[in-house]
Parts: sequence; C-alpha cells; structure tokens
Amino acid sequence: MTAARRNGSILQRLVWRIPFAWLFAFFLLPFLIVVKISLSQTAIAQPPYAPVFDLAAGWHGVVAFIKGLSLDNYRLVGSDPIYVLSYVKSVEIAAFSTLLLLLVGFPIAYGIARTPRRVQAVLVLLTVLPFWTSQLIRVYAWMNILQRDGPLNDVLMALRLVKEPPAWLATDTAIYIGIVYSYLPFMVLPVYAILQKLDESLLEAAADLGCPRWKTFWLVTLPLSSSGIMAGVLLCFIPIIGEFVIPDLLGGSQSPMIGQTIWLEFFGNKDWPVASAVAVVLVFLLVTPIVFYQNRAMPVLERD
Amino acid sequence: MVDQLSLDIYQGEFFALLGPSGCGKTTLLRLIAGLERPNAGRVLLDGVDLTPEPPYRRPVNLMFQNYALFPHLNVEANVGFGLKQEGLAKREIGRRVADMLALVKLEGYGARKPHELSGGQRQRVALARSLVKRPRVHLLDEPMAALDKKLRGETQFELMELQRQVGLTFVIVTHDQSEAMTLAHRIGVMDRGRLMQVAPPADVYERPDSRWVADFIGDVNLLEGRLGDDRVSIEGTAAGRLRVAAEAVAPAGAMVWVAVRPERVRISRQPPLPGLDNCVAATVVDIGYFGDKSVYKLRIRDGSLLKAAINRGADGDGAVGVGEQVWLTWPPEAARVLTR
Repeated sequence: MTAARRNGSILQRLVWRIPFAWLFAFFLLPFLIVVKISLSQTAIAQPPYAPVFDLAAGWHGVVAFIKGLSLDNYRLVGSDPIYVLSYVKSVEIAAFSTLLLLLVGFPIAYGIARTPRRVQAVLVLLTVLPFWTSQLIRVYAWMNILQRDGPLNDVLMALRLVKEPPAWLATDTAIYIGIVYSYLPFMVLPVYAILQKLDESLLEAAADLGCPRWKTFWLVTLPLSSSGIMAGVLLCFIPIIGEFVIPDLLGGSQSPMIGQTIWLEFFGNKDWPVASAVAVVLVFLLVTPIVFYQNRAMPVLERD
Repeated sequence: MVDQLSLDIYQGEFFALLGPSGCGKTTLLRLIAGLERPNAGRVLLDGVDLTPEPPYRRPVNLMFQNYALFPHLNVEANVGFGLKQEGLAKREIGRRVADMLALVKLEGYGARKPHELSGGQRQRVALARSLVKRPRVHLLDEPMAALDKKLRGETQFELMELQRQVGLTFVIVTHDQSEAMTLAHRIGVMDRGRLMQVAPPADVYERPDSRWVADFIGDVNLLEGRLGDDRVSIEGTAAGRLRVAAEAVAPAGAMVWVAVRPERVRISRQPPLPGLDNCVAATVVDIGYFGDKSVYKLRIRDGSLLKAAINRGADGDGAVGVGEQVWLTWPPEAARVLTR
C-alpha cells in the first residue's frame, strides 16, 4: 500500500518534470546555442563562425573561447537602421493585423457561439478546415487570387468598382490579407471557447435590469470574454511578428519584416552570428509582453 | 409550454406558482419578465399591456434560479447595475445600494466578488439586485433551490419578512410544496402548462378541486365510486359505501372520487360498531418510519393500497405490526368528493 503510493508519487513527480525536461532540451538548450553564435564572428569555415568551443585544447581552449566572444553583433543590430526598421515594420504589421483579426474574428466567434450546439461543431470544423492544406499552398493560392489579372480584380472589374485593375501583390495590403486569412482560427477559437461558456442567463439578467442589447455587449459580454481575447491576441501577435512566408510571397521588397531579415542574414549573407543576434533580440521583444501578461494581466483576469 | 391560462395577481401579494418540473411555471415567469414572447395572449400590469415591451423596459424584475450574478463585478456593482441603467446619480445609487445591502444583511460585503461569497450570500446579492429597482412585480425563480435544507428554512422566513417590509408584489416559482405553503398568500398549482387550482395554501391542501392537485400537494387516498342520490354517500368503492360531510357539487349517479388524507385515517385492531360509515378492513403491508410520524401502507379487500399516517404519541392501539389485520376509519368531514 505504502509502496504503491510511493510509486505513484514518483510517477507524479516524473510527470511534473516532463514539461521542464522538454523545454530544457528543445527550447533552452537550442536558444543558448543561438545566443552563443550571436556572440561569435563570421568565419569562412565549417561551421561558418568563430570561436568554436574546443574541449581538446583544455583550459586554454576555454579561456580563448570566452575571450573570442563579443557583443559586436548586438551593436551592429542596434545601430544599423535596416534592422531597427525591420523590427518596427514587424511590430507595426503584427499590431495592426492583430487588431484586424480581432475585428473580423470576434464577430465570427460570437456568431458560432450563438448557434445551436450541433451546428457549432460543424462551424468550428469549417474554421480549422483550411489548416488541413499546407500553409504554403494557401499563400500561393492568394498570390494567384491577388494577381493583376487574377480573380479578385476580375470580380472588381465586373462589378465596375474599379476602372483600372489595381496592383495587390507586393503591397502591405496583400500582407494583411494573407495574415488575417492565415491566422483567423487562432483568434476565433480561443474567443469562441470563452463565449460558448458565457452563461446566457447573465445576458438575460442584464436585460431584466434595464440594459438594452448593445449596452449588455459592452458591460457584460466583452469584459467576460477578455481572457479569450487576450489569448487570441497573443496567439496571433507573437507568431505574426516572426512571420516569414506571407510577407516574402505577398509583400514587397521595400522594408522586410524581421523574419525576412533573419532569413537574408542566414542564407543570403551567410552571416550566422548577426542572424542569431537579430533572433535573440526578437525573442526578448516577444518575451516582454508575455511576462507583462503573466504578471499583470493574469492576476487581473483571475480576480475577475 | 403555457396553454390557455388566465391569472390575476394582486398588488402587494405573495403569489407562488407551484408545479412539477416542466409544468411551465418558469416559462410563465419568463413571459411576465419579457424573456419569452407569447404566441398568443397578453401580459397586463395595472391594465397596461406589457406584451410588446422588451424586458429592459418592463417595471418587473426577476431573480434568477442560478442567481446570474455578474462574475466580473463586485457585490456593490452587481446590486447597483440596474439603478445605473436608470441613469440615477452616483450618490443616489450608492445610498440605495447601501440600504439594500443592509436590508439583506450584507453590509461590509460590497467590495467582494461573487466567487468570494457563500451560496447563501450569493442568493441574497441576487435578491438585493432585483429588489433594489423597486419593481412593480418581483419575480423569483426557485430562489431557494441552490440552498441546503437548513438554510432554506431560515431564508424562507427572511423572505416573507422582507416582502412585508418592502410591500412589493412577489411572484415565486417553486416545485417545493412546503415552500409554497410557507411563503405564499395564494398558490397557483400548475400542470402541463395549465393552472389546475388557484387558492390560499390551506384551501389547496384541504379543499383540492381535482385528483391531480390532491395527489400533488401531500399524500392522498383516492377511492372511485358512484355518487348517491343524497349527494353525501358514494356507492361501490373499493372500501364499500362511503360518506362525506359536505354535499358534492355533481349530479347524482356521476362517477366521482373520494379523497382522504392519510393523517385523517385511524387504525384500529377492534372491529368498529356495526353500521358505522367509512370503515374498511385492511392488512398492514409496510410501515415507513419518519421520526415524527409513521406511514402505514395497507392493502384492502380489492388489493389496492391505502396510506395512513400516524403521529408519534397519538393515542391508538399501540404499535401495529406488518401483516396484522386492522380496521381503517375516518370521519365524514375528513373526506372530500372530487369530480375530476
């Protein structure tokens, strides 16, 4: 009996540790490697940077290795406007498209949550259905749709909404279209999950106490779905900042997003250390809002 | 769910809608509140037709069965929610909320969130929230259902006291007959969307006008027979010829039912004097012990079962055991003729 319980507790402790072990092996360790590369310099070698950690050289090797590290790459990232503009562009695109996603996604989530239970399952399935095809194929499909002689312009011309077919591709508009389309489920699902739990009698109570419908929305529905909105915003905002495929295929080349910059440094310039420094800065840019969310927003939500 | 129903509720009255679950009592309440729309029919308040008005424009407030407190607002904001919608000044709202919280004995709880309260406290917040608007009609949907039994008893008396103090019209929905009996001035007994009887509690119990109501409110023995020419005797029941005290309102020869409450039935070991009415031989098949009383199940000649409830300490032949042959009697005034 006691032995069994002890076995159980060992198992329990093990289960508790699995996420930590996972995060250590697949997040922290790789991240430390990236940090290390970001402190190195490019070299025409294999791997293409120096210094390389060399255990065979013993203590001298370790000292030489540490002496070889520098913050030069971070200075470059901080001073060269290419990188700064790239970050600004990414945050701008991510912020504005998250707002668009909220404006489009919330009504969809609200609508799904208000339909009968059986229909809800189908609608949720339809929301995630596009995910069953490759993201790349879906973005290529948008390239096709947004072409100058593509279906979108055909429709606009046929409806006589435009005189000349406008250029969609290689514009920020195309990026926004692609992002809002691709990330919509990440906004709809968490908001829907909260809204379908929303107790209908709360809305009735508000009406009973003299609150018209539109006001009930502001006073009851919106505050009670704030945790879902928060989750949706984070689920969209964070990956959109690092988005590479959509701006690369649909956007123009004027000012790249940070994902494109990292790609360019890695594969275009073969400058792994600078690419790593850009990536590390990006991680800290992303971690800050999450830490804020955990420390400030979460207690507020829990209190509510 | 609610069908062909007409009901008048008076100013300042405490009215209870009583019925089994699914009988339409909550639907009726929601129709009054405006949360449901009738296909036909009207809801009038002081002669004014409320039917086209949305819930937020009716001078009627509902206390929800699950309380429906806003989880993101504290007690004060919950109670003040309705007053805020009326556009009252902040000070006025603060004063009335404080008064109302004092009335429901929740002073000092204003800053708490609903999840920081006990079930009983939540119930009183819900009560305060709907009462603070001083509705013309205060509707309560199973207000005690979520409370434990002991708390329920105390709360019932508090609710009666509160209704007397504020002098508002209360309409309560409940499936608990003792609750309806305790609280209400009048009870409307509902079944399958229809009102079966509307009467004060004592009348509903002592003078039910249908088998359904007699059976639903408390326990009852029903014996079918043919009404005699004198309209006080009933022939050919399973217990033989029976007599009632009051003349039945039915044509002689009609098929009627005699209703006798178990607590009016006497059990005796001795055979009664010959010629006595309302007397039947029976065998004890089961005894249910309830502490304050015992309920005997007795089989009579034709095989049907009757019930007799004997209060503890009531005089009788001492403990009658299962399997014993006994005689059941009841006075004519304890029996009532039912025609439906």
